[in-house]
Amino acid sequence: MQISDVQSALELEIISGTPETTISGGYTSDLLSDVMAHAEEGDVLITIQAHNNTVAVASHVESPAIIICNDRPIAEGMIEAAQEHDIAIFRTSLNQFEVSGRLHALLE
Amino acid sequence: MNTLPISTDDSPAFLTELVYRLKIKDAMTTELITAGRDDPLRHIQQLMKQHKITGVPIVEGARLLGILSMDDIIRALDEGTINEPAGEHMTRQMILLEDDMPLSFGISSMDKYRFGRFPVLNKEKQLVGIITSRDILIALLVEFNREAERREEDVPEKATEGSFRREYTVRKFDFEQAGKPTGEIKKKLKETGLHPKLIRRIAVASYEIEMNQVVHSEGGTLAVRLTPDQVEIIAIDNGPGIPDVEQALEEGYSTANEWVRSLGFGAGMGLPNARRVSDDFEISSGTHGTSVRCRFKLPKGDDDANQ
Repeated sequence: MQISDVQSALELEIISGTPETTISGGYTSDLLSDVMAHAEEGDVLITIQAHNNTVAVASHVESPAIIICNDRPIAEGMIEAAQEHDIAIFRTSLNQFEVSGRLHALLE
Repeated sequence: MNTLPISTDDSPAFLTELVYRLKIKDAMTTELITAGRDDPLRHIQQLMKQHKITGVPIVEGARLLGILSMDDIIRALDEGTINEPAGEHMTRQMILLEDDMPLSFGISSMDKYRFGRFPVLNKEKQLVGIITSRDILIALLVEFNREAERREEDVPEKATEGSFRREYTVRKFDFEQAGKPTGEIKKKLKETGLHPKLIRRIAVASYEIEMNQVVHSEGGTLAVRLTPDQVEIIAIDNGPGIPDVEQALEEGYSTANEWVRSLGFGAGMGLPNARRVSDDFEISSGTHGTSVRCRFKLPKGDDDANQ
């Protein structure tokens, strides 16, 4: 599934865009070490951790996009880091459970 | 008072930097053998014999009253006062050191006063340790050994094609720069055409131990070394060391504070993660610092199945 399809289906706010990429799954966690350990290449990262270290982690696990839940404020430096690593950032008022459920259904 | 027995102008920068960077508390002995002012000198003589020491601080709680040396005991034996209380014969005029002073103070005091030992107090004027020239010698040796280890690593690889080594500085609590060294390492490895899955494993280990340096250490270095048969990630920090390494390797064990946890770190998964993805994992830790080595075997020839 293309990243733009996910964005429009879930009506996500675009914080930082990227060229079109394919996503294959998702991983939901606010623990970055847990993400490091278990997220897979191509997974969208669903989290409330809205700072540049999240981008670093996403980059290391080859995750193409981050969805920030609960409309959490984006920390300074995160967008810059995302542009540098070509990682998309979206934001939504939905919580992690809702985003995970909807994304899972989309990917079925 | 603070003159060193070496020239700070012509000595190697490392040496001068070292005696200022190391603190008295990094070298001092904290397991103290003390006595009270009412203890007879005979008792102190026995303490000295039993513990093979030549000086005993006389204390009241954590407050230092004076010190009794082997010389005082010899004099007491000579004068027949060996059964009298310590308080009456102890030396009250002492040169004291503070635990936060640089080690250079200890060295210059040893050089100037010729005492065998100096009591060490903390900011609250409590006795927290004692330092001897032996303690200083050991602390310096350990630190020299670490530096020698570091420099050996720095020796350029014998021009094997494709081999390289890069080192990056990691700073304490620098969450802004955190992850950049690992990013650089990853980029560098990508250029060499290693298998993406292998690079990912290396990046996970590298990032975890880098974050450990950011969160738990006084800062240090993160290095990558590529040789024909392996990739090595080497993290060496400047302390304060891990009290119980076995425990730190257990999943879920963490000493991270609240705000580090709020950033999504400090869940006690860092070292276990790094160990899990590595083919070979080595860690050693002391009060002077921790070093971690994660090694990854490279596939031989056209064997591309290394995952």
